[in-house]
Amino acid sequence: MKEITITVNGTAHTLQVENRLLLVHFIREVLNLTGTHIGCDTSSCGACTILLNGKSVKSCTVLAVQANGKEIQTVEGLAPEGSLHPLQEGFKENHGLHCGFCTPGMMMRASELLQNNPNPTEDEIRWGISGNLCRCTGYNNIVKAIQYAGAKIRGEELPSTEPEFV
Amino acid sequence: MIQCKTSKAISGMGHSMKRKEDARFIQGKGNYVDDIKLPGMLYMDIVRSPYAYAKIKKINTEAALKIPGVVAVVTGKDLEQYNLHWMPTLMSDTQMVLPTDTVMYQAQEVAAVIATSRYAARDGKEAVIVEYEPMKPLMDPYKSLNDDAPILRPDKPGKTDNHIWHWQAGSREETEAVFSNADVVVKEQMHIPRIHVASIETCGCVADYDKVDNHLTMYMTTQAPHAIRTVIALVAGHVGLTEEKIRVISPDIGGGFGGKVPVYPGYVIAIAVSFLVGKPVKWIEDRSENLQADSFARDYHITAEMAATKEGKILATRFKILADHGYTDAAANPSKFPIGMFSVCTGSYDYPTSFVEADAVYTNKPPGGVAYRCSFRVTEAVHAIERITDRLAFEIGKDPAKLRIENFIQKDQFPYKSPLGWEYDSGDYVAGLEKAMNAIDYDGLRAEQVEKRKKGELMGIGISTFTEIVGAGPSKDFDILGIKMFDSAEIRVHPTGKAIARFGTKSQGQGHETTYAQIIAEELGIPAEHIQVEEGDTDTAPYGLGTYASRSTPTAGAAAVMAARKLRDKARKIAAYLLEVSEEDLEWEPGKFSVKGAPEKSKTIQELVFAAYTNHPQGMEAGFEATHYYDPPNLTFPSGAYICVVDIDSETFEIKVRRFVAIDDCGHIINPMIVQGQVHGGLTQGIAPAMYEELIYDEAGNILNGTLMDYLVPTAVESPKWETGHVITPSPHHPIGAKGVGESPTVGAPPAIANAIVDALSVYGVTHMDIPITPYKIWKKLKDTGKI
Ligand code: FES
Ligand code: FES
Repeated sequence: MKEITITVNGTAHTLQVENRLLLVHFIREVLNLTGTHIGCDTSSCGACTILLNGKSVKSCTVLAVQANGKEIQTVEGLAPEGSLHPLQEGFKENHGLHCGFCTPGMMMRASELLQNNPNPTEDEIRWGISGNLCRCTGYNNIVKAIQYAGAKIRGEELPSTEPEFV
Repeated sequence: MIQCKTSKAISGMGHSMKRKEDARFIQGKGNYVDDIKLPGMLYMDIVRSPYAYAKIKKINTEAALKIPGVVAVVTGKDLEQYNLHWMPTLMSDTQMVLPTDTVMYQAQEVAAVIATSRYAARDGKEAVIVEYEPMKPLMDPYKSLNDDAPILRPDKPGKTDNHIWHWQAGSREETEAVFSNADVVVKEQMHIPRIHVASIETCGCVADYDKVDNHLTMYMTTQAPHAIRTVIALVAGHVGLTEEKIRVISPDIGGGFGGKVPVYPGYVIAIAVSFLVGKPVKWIEDRSENLQADSFARDYHITAEMAATKEGKILATRFKILADHGYTDAAANPSKFPIGMFSVCTGSYDYPTSFVEADAVYTNKPPGGVAYRCSFRVTEAVHAIERITDRLAFEIGKDPAKLRIENFIQKDQFPYKSPLGWEYDSGDYVAGLEKAMNAIDYDGLRAEQVEKRKKGELMGIGISTFTEIVGAGPSKDFDILGIKMFDSAEIRVHPTGKAIARFGTKSQGQGHETTYAQIIAEELGIPAEHIQVEEGDTDTAPYGLGTYASRSTPTAGAAAVMAARKLRDKARKIAAYLLEVSEEDLEWEPGKFSVKGAPEKSKTIQELVFAAYTNHPQGMEAGFEATHYYDPPNLTFPSGAYICVVDIDSETFEIKVRRFVAIDDCGHIINPMIVQGQVHGGLTQGIAPAMYEELIYDEAGNILNGTLMDYLVPTAVESPKWETGHVITPSPHHPIGAKGVGESPTVGAPPAIANAIVDALSVYGVTHMDIPITPYKIWKKLKDTGKI
């Protein structure tokens, strides 16, 4: 057991944890923040993606003790209570989710992507989220959602959210 | 443009209403099964077999039980005392919950460890020592039928071989006669390999048995909560757990695709343990367990043949199938159709003769045979007919689009009786294909291909024009374990005109909370925003068979329409009473009744509902509620025309999908945005088996790619940018003309991609490649045939 202090979504938590406790279990089961999901046991799916000191990481691949003294952001802290982050709005407006299981991880990953590259090309978005799997949406609308959020963050005119048909 | 009868404020059918369910998902407030935490909850982990076929000599639990936090280790022998060590499958076969003496596939459940924490349960699992006596597994379904094959299921009385069932349709003799007189006969041997749905949420449950009340609440990842409640009662009724004492709750589901229809041993063990210890027990499988042990899809070996005239008029088809079901038939097909709807394999083409026969066998592989985002074996059927049709085009040197158009069932032939007995409800296949050809510039692509070929470049164009069969189904033919495949809706409108509607289905991401509300909004004029949709709780929702096989809109969606129309009839009576006119003098427009010729005299639906509680006519039942159980008169037959263009590197054989156009006909569209989203997702689950996914076993029975590191679920990089559109031929027998759409693209895309790749390789004389088609497979094929 080890005492650690982790700041999660702006609140510091000091707790005794088992050395081997995964960060994702710390988040989900110790802090009861269940928006961060688990979709695999091989660091492949990205459902558990969070921000650790501003960088997107797969929280199933980090031990809670490794996050000692660091800051974490999860989907629950993406936007201040009562408001939506441009990514959250983008996903809803563009039908960027079906079952929603991949969505928190996808948005956390995309938030770092947009931070580093506020106006990514479609290709950059696709490569940028290639560590996150979605089984439902076929990704078209996730790309659209991230483009929408990018435009919103840049303060530009928002792209149409109507479906386009051939 | 899709015409809407209602205003945006009402958002009935045709509006791209943003999804009501999204608010919780985007804010991390979804409630999936692993998010459930109950006081005193125990955790379960499962010890699994490293061997595909072995005798269990001994299970030593001593060390495991000494681990702090471990409460119990449960084995097959423990369950045997309660006669809970076997359970029925949905196909009336039997499956072990935990084995007492033999394991039948690698990763089979052998024992369960129960502990006070997830980590302690995992420690306990590592400490259980099982002694096995390995045997040589039977991995090749063709060898299963050999005389010297070991009998895998001696537990079944009188079983002397590994044959499970034989099924056939059509006339063998008539088909043979057509084949023997035909100008042209083409034939290919195809394997549609074993794949896995791999929904991003795995399976799991929390079984919560209350000893005092003798009541079980079962939170679980199921697409069919009501059917599961009945199954639990059938399995556990003898220990006192009868159906009124069971509540199944299917919370938010992180994708299903067919993989969350079966009852897995883990669920049953969790129930048994909770029953014995009187505490809630959580079981969440990890991804590798999910890939290795949960139901697979496909695994059909198909010999497909087509007979035609030399001009290309299709005369007959013949399909022979060997189905590898693993060690038990744990598919989820309607009882009468162990082969599912494979007999839709005659496709979108008009010809009179076909014969299908199938045999299913046991092997030492995991059980299953479930769908992978498709209606009961339709993907296998569509792949076979669409590939063999292309094969014919190649044989006679005809353009595959032209060949299809010349053979299509024409739009005035509907309802069309197919040679194997289905009645296709509606379609306009020519319009669909022409739309797709125009959108992608088919003629331009063919011209480009000619130029590219001159330069030695590999470019292929592939078409798939498929007909699906969904919405099971009419009760005269369709049941699962005897329960007819109707579905249900219950609508309660509150005095202030806001409603709650409950259904026997269960969304796993399809957006039912939005689309069902839109259906009711269309019929009653109550804004969809004010209609709360609930599913998945057997204590509150009406009985239904659940969501799979694109059946929600055709069955429960229709039930919603019928229930809403009952309410509209009631509203009409109340309006006549309040406006003091006869019912015939009233006119309906979404949201209100008005007097014919005097439109200023009207009552809104909200006023009429309020009156149902405050001022209803004497003699009329108060309240404003209706329930409907909808038994569809027929299945629905969505169709599509897909065209794919691929470029293949002539040295590395890397395959790039350059463009993919999908034109779908799912009848009337409830929400275009959601329909399109379903098509996008289905297409990615179509490219997946076409180019990436396959569960591979070695001869010793080891799975070679049982983790997400090596089972290749497409990412945003592999997934092309999809281009979609629609033609609309409403289903004539569905009350709103809808057909269902969620699975069409998964069914239609693989042959379009395979046809494109084979078309590119046709310069080398290649006529067929089994999916998934990879650069390595192409290289090997060309190398083996001396082409490179
Ligand atoms: S849970 Fe899959 S990458 Fe973390
Ligand atoms: S929305 Fe279901 S996994 Fe992405």
